[in-house]
Amino acid sequence: MIHRRTLMTASSALALGASPLRALADTIKLPFENGERPIVKYPQKRPMIGLTQRPPQLETPFSVFNEGVLTPNDAFFVRYHLANIPFDDIDPDTWTIEIKGAVDKPLKLKLADLKRLPAIDLVAVNQCSGNSRGFSEPRVAGGQLANGAMGNARWHGVPLKAVLDQAGVKAGAKQVAYEGFDGPVIDKTPKFVKALDIDHARDGEVMIAWQMNGADLPVLNGFPVRMIVPGWYGTYWMKHLNEVTVLDKEYDGFWMKGAYRIPDTENAMIEPGTAPKATVPINRFNVRSFITSVADGTSVKAGQTTLKGIAFDGGSGIKAVDVSADDGKSWVAAKLGQDLGKYSFREWTLPVTLAAGAHALKVRATANDGKVQPDKPGWNPPGYMRNVIESVRVTAA
Amino acid sequence: MKRFAFLLLVAIALPVSAKPINFALPDETAQFKPGPNLEVVQGNCGACHSADYVQTQPIGPKFKKDFWQAEVIKMIKVYGAPIDEKDVPAIVDYLATTY
Repeated sequence: MIHRRTLMTASSALALGASPLRALADTIKLPFENGERPIVKYPQKRPMIGLTQRPPQLETPFSVFNEGVLTPNDAFFVRYHLANIPFDDIDPDTWTIEIKGAVDKPLKLKLADLKRLPAIDLVAVNQCSGNSRGFSEPRVAGGQLANGAMGNARWHGVPLKAVLDQAGVKAGAKQVAYEGFDGPVIDKTPKFVKALDIDHARDGEVMIAWQMNGADLPVLNGFPVRMIVPGWYGTYWMKHLNEVTVLDKEYDGFWMKGAYRIPDTENAMIEPGTAPKATVPINRFNVRSFITSVADGTSVKAGQTTLKGIAFDGGSGIKAVDVSADDGKSWVAAKLGQDLGKYSFREWTLPVTLAAGAHALKVRATANDGKVQPDKPGWNPPGYMRNVIESVRVTAA
Repeated sequence: MKRFAFLLLVAIALPVSAKPINFALPDETAQFKPGPNLEVVQGNCGACHSADYVQTQPIGPKFKKDFWQAEVIKMIKVYGAPIDEKDVPAIVDYLATTY
């Protein structure tokens, strides 16, 4: 059965006073084949790279990452899986999160109840599992993203632990499964549900957040509350959170057992074009870094210039960032910027002198856990976890 | 100026408490390209997602019949799309020849 509401949402947006689709005349060409994308304007968002319309998926224009280490709310990427999203039903006053399953005291918490608990702030990167999928070689099916399905924000909320403690987790609990209010268009499509091991869910850092960067979450980023899973891929960061279930066994639904699986290898990569022997649920980010101050294929002034960028990993923190101005032949340590915490983007800067001519600039991050970005891109069938050393070609003149 | 002052007063008088939000997505504009069996594709694929899900996939000789056959079967088997078996070849044919 097709839910009528979804169909109506698509056709009646204007009547409800939404901003009409300003199909801004602009398009952008992402740097891979078939990378033409419209620049689109959504409520509460600045012009973004449009990937899909129903459900909505928006990519952050990469220049945003040079504006600062925190990604502005109106530029933060958007990713939905299923198109039955009854935005009209969101009422922050009546919004309820149900805590149930293997607990002593099932709870129905309103936002006001959450806000009475001791709140925490934590800066953390959210990154889509398929960030950079469009660069996979050979190409793979899925959302064809460049590098803009990531963002870094200061999240404000309560640890999931505090809520679980209030409900009283029963002995023998294994996992916590959770979901949001958006659902499938047809009943047979598996509802989007994710799960974390009970110890992870109670680590004091996994949190239920109602603010990012000091403001309410934008609707398209999960208003009024979403799950924050620091260091882990965005698939776990459930938007519009309304249900948390403690389980005495491992959750076996589709979105854990059938999707978001990575090869069970050292770096989650396998021989291109082959199938993995075994898979595990995707989990922590690998280490990545980017140059943000100059874009690929652009010109810069010859002479001294300061390169700038960002680096992050899955929570060990960034130990070092090295930059090469000669296509990887020699490397120089960059200066690391302010430390906003081990889950945050870490800014780096490095003054370099570029003689007139063409240059291939590279950046390579090393994490505190000793992991370093690889020279060559890895590959896996879903196109997850790309973290090759990035190159930017510029011409100095 | 008077009008501005009036608007300001109205803004101040509005209740602070939240209410159901007024939020709607922009109108959908993505369309499936013209091609054979277009109406079958619009009816089946378009029920759950916009046309840009198809439009943005990789293109080229490796992304023809086998690629699209696998995608359509995935939509049926994994996501439960209620696509008639007899429509599958028509949909795959459209996707392989149009994209």
